[in-house]
Amino acid sequence: MSPPIAPVGWSRWLVPPAALSIHLSIGQAYAWSVFKPPLEDALGLSGTQSALPFQLGIVMLGLSAAFGGTLVERRGPRWAMTVALVCFSSGFLLSALGAATEQFWLIVFGYGFVGGIGLGIGYISPVSTLIKWFPDRPGMATGIAIMGFGGGALIASPWSAQMLESFGSDSHGIALAFLVHGLSYAVFMLLGVLLVRVPRPRIEEQRADGGPATAPGPQVSARQALRTPQFWLLWVVLCMNVTAGIGILEKAAPMITDFFADTSTPVSVTAAAGFVALLSAANMAGRIGWSSTSDLIGRKNIYRVYLGAGTLMYALIALVGDSSKPLFVLCALVILSFYGGGFATIPAYLKDLFGTYQVGAIHGRLLTAWSTAGVLGPLIVNWIADRQEEAGKDGADLYGTSLLIMMALLVIGFVANELVRPVHPSHHLAAGTAGTTAPAVAAQKGAPDDRHQQSESA
Amino acid sequence: MTDTSSQNPPDGSAGKDRRPLIAFTWLWVGAPLAYGLYELVRKATQLFTG
Repeated sequence: MSPPIAPVGWSRWLVPPAALSIHLSIGQAYAWSVFKPPLEDALGLSGTQSALPFQLGIVMLGLSAAFGGTLVERRGPRWAMTVALVCFSSGFLLSALGAATEQFWLIVFGYGFVGGIGLGIGYISPVSTLIKWFPDRPGMATGIAIMGFGGGALIASPWSAQMLESFGSDSHGIALAFLVHGLSYAVFMLLGVLLVRVPRPRIEEQRADGGPATAPGPQVSARQALRTPQFWLLWVVLCMNVTAGIGILEKAAPMITDFFADTSTPVSVTAAAGFVALLSAANMAGRIGWSSTSDLIGRKNIYRVYLGAGTLMYALIALVGDSSKPLFVLCALVILSFYGGGFATIPAYLKDLFGTYQVGAIHGRLLTAWSTAGVLGPLIVNWIADRQEEAGKDGADLYGTSLLIMMALLVIGFVANELVRPVHPSHHLAAGTAGTTAPAVAAQKGAPDDRHQQSESA
Repeated sequence: MTDTSSQNPPDGSAGKDRRPLIAFTWLWVGAPLAYGLYELVRKATQLFTG
């Protein structure tokens, strides 16, 4: 399957919906918890066992994004979206079979292993293409797609719950729900497969005034990117930012309840659930909002905000969080918006540093930072909260040490971001290798804030 | 959101109207997202009423 090249007159505004159709689907992964209680009842599973399909799915997401990225770049977005569609939908169909026959291993294999490959390939499938279509606004373009991943859970959570209510929570009801999910997502993702197009090669393009298109910035291969300090600095930046966000996300409901337990305005279980929902909204809004802002103020500056202001927000929660509920909520919302923004802005940061040549593959490799943070964040917060509880502490005191650690992590991320410099020209590809007409000397001029490589109206 | 993409051709096919397709595709992804956001807002209001 060769990459589908856009016909003349094709609109670039058709590409974000293609990306969204994939990301809104695979974002369902974060709504897996809806299936946990029914599976536990129907198949006699423990909480740990019922989490296995999701956990394997996230592991496979990281692995397939890291190892499949180069293939995605070579075969193009339509191939990648097709693989994502087939794997993600097949995962549900296999799970349906597993639920119907009460074979839990088949659900783990289907949803976790097969579906997880779909998650990883699907996650990176539109990134490179979006950046190529929107060289003037890469932050906004990838922000739209990655916002979709957050939005996927918002859609799937109530939808799946309603389906289980209609079909029943026994094994046959769950099987039917999995079947409907698999078929529905296949149809929904098909739009992306049919719609996605890559821009025609630059050499065919001419500026409106008849002059040649502006030369692209530096181009670095995925393999070479791993040998640069910039890649690993961004790895640290992403890992620290995500860990700090997960620190709040993981314990959001008990945290707000504990913080205001001994006050005149305690938080009920229902209100805590509302707080968690509000955090999801901030997470999503941050993905599109902050990522788009990065197109205006530059990638390095926006990460200064995420990491610097994030530290400040954590400090406010630690110092005066239990004295004012609105302040606590506001700080948590800002932190979560930075968490989402960090995810969504990283592809554009990579593009600034490494060019568009294999940015999807580089992004895939960088997602291992997410996997690491996914383990690190909950581990820190839960372990420390347990130790504090054993020590007889309660209320806001349970989280004091965790908050300090989160602040320290954000400071490490801030320092790493400060150390990011343009990639040394010795890592750049030779002229013509990246399929562009850019002379190597032009590539050497690239910098992290080289935001307007190609002037075009939008 | 205008349609002057980087694929502006020099030939006559630039006049082909993609707006209905653009509207359909954005509706395709926008409708379920709006449903998700509606459910989210319903739940989030519990913070202030619950």
